[in-house]
Amino acid sequence: MNIKLNGADHTLSDDASVTTLVSHITGRVVDSSGQAADGRKIGVAVARNSEVVPRSQWAATALAEGDELEIVTAVQGG
Amino acid sequence: MTTASTQTASTQTDALVIDGVEFGSRLIMGTGGAPSLDGLGAALLASGTELTTVAMRRYSPTETGSLFQLLVDHGIRVLPNTAGCFTSKDAVMTAELAREALETDWVKLEVIADEHTLLPDAVELVDATEKLVDRGFKVFAYTNDDPVLALRLENLGATAVMPLGAPIGTGLGILNPHNIELIVSRASVPVVLDAGIGTASDAALAMELGCDAVLLATAVTRAQNPVQMGEAFKHAVIAGRLAKQAGRIPRREHALASSAMEGRAEFL
Repeated sequence: MNIKLNGADHTLSDDASVTTLVSHITGRVVDSSGQAADGRKIGVAVARNSEVVPRSQWAATALAEGDELEIVTAVQGG
Repeated sequence: MTTASTQTASTQTDALVIDGVEFGSRLIMGTGGAPSLDGLGAALLASGTELTTVAMRRYSPTETGSLFQLLVDHGIRVLPNTAGCFTSKDAVMTAELAREALETDWVKLEVIADEHTLLPDAVELVDATEKLVDRGFKVFAYTNDDPVLALRLENLGATAVMPLGAPIGTGLGILNPHNIELIVSRASVPVVLDAGIGTASDAALAMELGCDAVLLATAVTRAQNPVQMGEAFKHAVIAGRLAKQAGRIPRREHALASSAMEGRAEFL
């Protein structure tokens, strides 16, 4: 399927969930609770079609064709 | 001796308490303007800060190192901000994302009117404060140096109010010390002087005016020697706090001799 990720076109397998996407983008293994399996903080949040997807719902949230995803993290500022 | 050790003890227990959390340092750092993550880490350590702000932006796989992890590793608590938001709606969404990403309900609420002044938009700020408090956030409201607005934000449930000394990044210091004093005198939540700080004496002044803490970023990150400046601010905040507590002498119009006139030697 094709989605928009942070404003750019992105292709994913048809059964992808938010967890699949976060894992793919960050290169980290993400467990079912939405934490990185390596025990370090993953530090990202996900909005799907302008709605925040809580970490606990990442695994259960399947993505659909045309979804608009934003993945954000902490950067220097303020 | 006894007096000296008592004084030291009282200084050590003079913690900044925000939302039930104690901080040994009254210097809150921002992270904007640092050219590298390594340099930033060294400056933060030198400053002794225990609370530091970060901005929320799109994740980039090419970014090397994680700022969040750097702060976690140094035992520095993270305060996400809503920098770059011009509307209450954007600020609320950014705060929600920050809460998810960084697992904290603390947020430094910044709603800016325009890019030229970077001054807070009071109307949007009030609206966002109300909404975020309602959603369970602990709002650190970045505000104009307006005593009326500061009190309004506190009454809406802000956890701390953060009046600006001068516009962001100007380094002009505290343009209206009287207003800052007025804000402090009426507040029952922590007052953090935020923005406009240029050098150490500005931070000391903020503490002397009665602020509970000082927040600054570019004064350190863009200094010629950020590590040295970080350390300077560490001492400035401590000095200003001590001076405030010690009670300064009143200002006088005319000189007042500190040496007694009696017993002077007489010369022919």
